[in-house]
Amino acid sequence: MSLRGKAAITGFAEMAPQKRPEGKTSLGIIAEMARAAIADAGLEKSQIDGLLTAASLSDFSMLWPSAVVEYLHLNPRYFDQVELGGASSTGMVWRAAAAIEAGMCHTVLCVIGDTWDSKLFMNKPPPFPATELEFDAPYGLSGANAGYALIARRHMHEFGTTAEQLAKVAVDQRKSACANPHALFGQQQISVDDVLNSRMIADPLHLLEIVSPASGGGAFIVTSADRAKLGPNRPVYLLGAGEAGEHSSITRAPSMTHSLVKPAADLAFDMAGVTREQIDFIQPYDCYTITVLVTLEDAGFCAKGEGGRFIEEHDLSWAGDFPCNTHGGQLSFGQPGIAGGMSHVIEGVRQLMGRGEQRQVKDATIGYVNGNGGIMAEQCGLILGVEQ
Amino acid sequence: MSNFPPPVPAITDVSRPFWQAAREHRLEIQRCDDCGEWIFYPRQVCSECLSSALSWRQVSGLGSVYSYTILHVPPHPGLADELPLIVAVVKLDEGPQLTTNIVDCPPQNLTVDMPVSACFDDVDDNTTLVKFRPV
Repeated sequence: MSLRGKAAITGFAEMAPQKRPEGKTSLGIIAEMARAAIADAGLEKSQIDGLLTAASLSDFSMLWPSAVVEYLHLNPRYFDQVELGGASSTGMVWRAAAAIEAGMCHTVLCVIGDTWDSKLFMNKPPPFPATELEFDAPYGLSGANAGYALIARRHMHEFGTTAEQLAKVAVDQRKSACANPHALFGQQQISVDDVLNSRMIADPLHLLEIVSPASGGGAFIVTSADRAKLGPNRPVYLLGAGEAGEHSSITRAPSMTHSLVKPAADLAFDMAGVTREQIDFIQPYDCYTITVLVTLEDAGFCAKGEGGRFIEEHDLSWAGDFPCNTHGGQLSFGQPGIAGGMSHVIEGVRQLMGRGEQRQVKDATIGYVNGNGGIMAEQCGLILGVEQ
Repeated sequence: MSNFPPPVPAITDVSRPFWQAAREHRLEIQRCDDCGEWIFYPRQVCSECLSSALSWRQVSGLGSVYSYTILHVPPHPGLADELPLIVAVVKLDEGPQLTTNIVDCPPQNLTVDMPVSACFDDVDDNTTLVKFRPV
């Protein structure tokens, strides 16, 4: 038994990230996204009998799924939160499909919203694991910048990866952002020199290699393959999913350069029964440039250690020979808190539904999406396709 | 000076022997009596074989820099006066990896895999952090 082709994403909604909440709350964003995604799928609210959500960083609390149910007056037969950091959104897709396949519900609303203000982590930081507060934070390893910088440094040491190669990820993705009216940084292209001349934040990572936090959110609807065919949109089927975890702090990861993207991707590709060559685009979680490089290698699109050269040799923009993060990636789209990973799922679905507008990848039928949480800690890869 | 105090470890009953040894300028970590695994951070149960038979052992404090970063933006307001701050992961010769800072080393002299040894920074009346310096 597998989940291949058993369920599909039939509608979605996405908020353009904005730097400030501008009066919105996380639950309010969730409600707006829910309304728009339900309508996009051609459904009524009463047809939603499943809910998957993730607690926002800004309003973090226990009992979050119930808070969402209450705000929206839903009556789910199945509801839960997926707490895998940036991998929460990809993790929702197969959990929704599994709940549907198991007969627990028919149609699942997957939704996240988050707000950001610059004082959040100082005034009201969400709780991190006590072990990291005790053994990492006193030395300055807190937040994500230092963790990903450690990975980048080690990768440079082992494989000769260069700052220029990493910078090109941000440059190519910015090209795509300039074709995305929702992108926070879609007004102006950037060069490798722009990236390398931007402020050094966590050596070797520069400002333009690091996501910019924002307020925003997104939602999508998962339903059974049979019901999906009744909707107004081309169904986007879940063909494969794989998940992996091993550490929380990057200090305790067995390797900084060989990530859990590999087992997660291998499981997803095996379930889907497709090859890397069949993939028309990828939407890998990109909190940093190094995240994309490591994902390219460990998802199997190039050999370990060859990520830098691969980036040099390929155009990663939406119109290029290897479309990667066709919405601009979070690096240029913005990172709406814990909803950041939503943007990769939604962009994958958008492309496969043929709704990519001015950045539509031609003849796209199969895509790979990866969610990554924490410091390369939670990994969930998906294969999505238009053929069941 | 920053108005924020630097982050200090919230010590638990399980981890207290580690921090107490550090206070006395010794590096002690746990080893499993059953499977021989060296364990860090301190635990109640061996993360390999799940045995409860763990003993504290003094170790040499020798290791190497697995990776490092130089922070130019404070990761915590209480560390604003420490910039540029070298955050490193050191792999002890016994195997476990620790988050730490490299001291007595100009950033330009840092290299991955360089040998280092433990030293002890009494940051306040209660807390001693384990840091490393070049051998």
